[in-house]
Amino acid sequence: MSEKQGVLKKLKVSAPPHILHPDTTQKIMFTVVIALLPIVLYDLYLFRWYAAVTLFWSIFGAVFAEALIQQIRRVPLTVSDGSAFLTGVLFALTLPPKVPWWISFIGGFVAIALGKQAFGGIGANIFNPALVGRIFVLLSWPQHLTADWFQKINLDTISGATPMFVAKQFYLGNVKVELSDFYLIHLFRNPFGSMGEVSAFLILFGFVFLLVQKVIDYVTPLAYVGTVALLTALAGRDPLFYVLGGGLLFGAVFMATDYVTTPITRRGKLIFGIGAGFLTFLLRLYANTPEAVAYSILFMNAMTPLIDLYTRPRVFGVGKR
Amino acid sequence: MLKTFKGGVHPPEYKELAKDRIIERLPEPKRVILPLSQHIGAPARPVVEPKQRVIKGQLVAEASGFVSANIFTPITGTVVGISRQPVAGGVHTECIVIEKEGGSGEEFRFEPLKDPAPAQIVERVRDAGIVGLGGAAFPTHVKLSPPEDYPIDTVIINGAECEPFLNVDYRLMLENADELIAGALLIKRAVNAKRLIIAVESNKKDAAEGLRTRAGDGIEVEIVPTKYPQGSEKHLIKTVLGREVPSGGLPFHVGVLVQNVQTAIAVKRAVADGLPLYERVITVSGPSVEKPGNFLVFIGTPASEVIGAAGGLKEDAAKVIFGGPMTGIALSRLDVPVVKGTSGIIALSKNMVCSFDEADICIRCGRCIDACPMGLEPYLLGTLSRLGKAEALLEHNVFDCIECGSCAYICPSKRNLIQLIRLGKVKAKEAKEQ
Repeated sequence: MSEKQGVLKKLKVSAPPHILHPDTTQKIMFTVVIALLPIVLYDLYLFRWYAAVTLFWSIFGAVFAEALIQQIRRVPLTVSDGSAFLTGVLFALTLPPKVPWWISFIGGFVAIALGKQAFGGIGANIFNPALVGRIFVLLSWPQHLTADWFQKINLDTISGATPMFVAKQFYLGNVKVELSDFYLIHLFRNPFGSMGEVSAFLILFGFVFLLVQKVIDYVTPLAYVGTVALLTALAGRDPLFYVLGGGLLFGAVFMATDYVTTPITRRGKLIFGIGAGFLTFLLRLYANTPEAVAYSILFMNAMTPLIDLYTRPRVFGVGKR
Repeated sequence: MLKTFKGGVHPPEYKELAKDRIIERLPEPKRVILPLSQHIGAPARPVVEPKQRVIKGQLVAEASGFVSANIFTPITGTVVGISRQPVAGGVHTECIVIEKEGGSGEEFRFEPLKDPAPAQIVERVRDAGIVGLGGAAFPTHVKLSPPEDYPIDTVIINGAECEPFLNVDYRLMLENADELIAGALLIKRAVNAKRLIIAVESNKKDAAEGLRTRAGDGIEVEIVPTKYPQGSEKHLIKTVLGREVPSGGLPFHVGVLVQNVQTAIAVKRAVADGLPLYERVITVSGPSVEKPGNFLVFIGTPASEVIGAAGGLKEDAAKVIFGGPMTGIALSRLDVPVVKGTSGIIALSKNMVCSFDEADICIRCGRCIDACPMGLEPYLLGTLSRLGKAEALLEHNVFDCIECGSCAYICPSKRNLIQLIRLGKVKAKEAKEQ
């Protein structure tokens, strides 16, 4: 009997299934970080310390907020799942490289505190935390986040404004910029926008990587970017110009694909992408705001529970026979 | 391109461990433990007394209703007790315990039937205590007796065997093809069906080819995609015929009867050879089994003896499962008996055993929705169950869940979704009854 009891003690019991897929939340989060790595490295190469400082304080602010608030809430620490780290990186990439360190820190902190922990932590937030941080610092200290930033770095550049601002000028006819230059700048080396927009090529690289790793679905980015392109073309504008310019590609690939704050079904993702595209088109062409992508995604975030409700999958054996 | 159903997952198959092991008959055990409840439905009623002598193949407990099944002793010996014994699942249930006596060679069999009428086949299947041997253990005679307004046009023999590790149906299709075909034809005759299809997963093409060469006209052998849970009867019907069993319905609602490979062979043996159901083939496999193999085992044999026949457990064994790893029951002790529905004994090593995360955090990745073959929202069912929202659970079709485990398998947050959904079903049932 003692032998049997030995066996008894040793055996683990649980509900099925008894084998689980090797993917974990942590692995998914760090896969996204890896997808962002080429962009981050390129930023570090282009902007050196400025990029490093902004990244460091953003990530620190986010991870610090996560740990501090979980400590106060007396809930288990989940910093190791990598989601706060990822939020910190994403938030940093919405910033221009040269911002005061405390803006990075406060933004990263607010992204997690207000954007995520206030709703109950991972999985419970309504709005994309990184974009919450972005909008918070933009509304609070707009002077540090717009036109003047890179004059302090003194890059030899062609213009003093963000590309989308240039775009408006371009179409108003005030400034002369060759369109082909504009494409090339945005594809390979764009030091004028936020750090995430530094190269459309690297964003696409991250997109393909995430698709191959099966971390994201192509539906949202394609629907989003496609809608913007289609509507701008219908409006008689150059679609490629609007696709490459601003934060659209970065937002479509890395923000509109956030699991927590976007619809869970494919049909829902399609609606989300089209909705965000429509809003971005409207805001860019008819509103005087530089944050079309951020506001569009945040608005669609708010729509997500509703979209989920109306895009439930068809239950086997119900309806169709 | 093979037709398929929506959803499903592709767990590692692990078939190679015991795939090529010929079925080996194990000797009669010294003692058998026969639970009265080893099928879906009412427990059987004992027809023997303690201290009574019984002979191999004798009825020891009879079906206590239409949905119930007879139980037979696989050994000649003495009933030493009818009492509560530990069985798989961490519970004790009423069992007949029989101890073997030295070689008498006596054996009970039914009268073999030649050219039986449909009603005779159904009657024999009921008398022989046959239940679904794929794992569900639903009494076969019930499935063979659909309501009159639902004629069966097609019989599908389920050779999908989509659970990892298991090779029972595969081995039987290779080694007992003729009996399988004979049994399948008997089932077809019993329900007066027009079509007979044997469905085999694409990872067992050799078995399918073998059947194709032996099967005569009127038997179709169809290869279906290797995908879990292909062996779920609703999904097999969808794959093979494109028909969808309605929510809350059964295969006969779409004119189909599905029977497992081994069940078909049991039908043949009961009808043509008069053999009652007291033995079955199981796969003993897993990284922590010394010599994985496939064994013909007498029902009631303790798991420890069957594992012993496979060379015993390795030092690193951490979890032992009755059935496959996707839906099987984890054992807390090894003295529990093999029953009619036991398709395998799988021993997992320490580094293969996974843990669920009790924090139960959903990151809304949506993988469970993509994996669910029933079109449900498992992430939501899990959360609603934890919150005790019975009405919302009903609204989200909790009772359509077949508990295949695809959602919990794929979940990166390691949520204990099947456990949660089972609890949710209990809560929803309570709310419904009030």
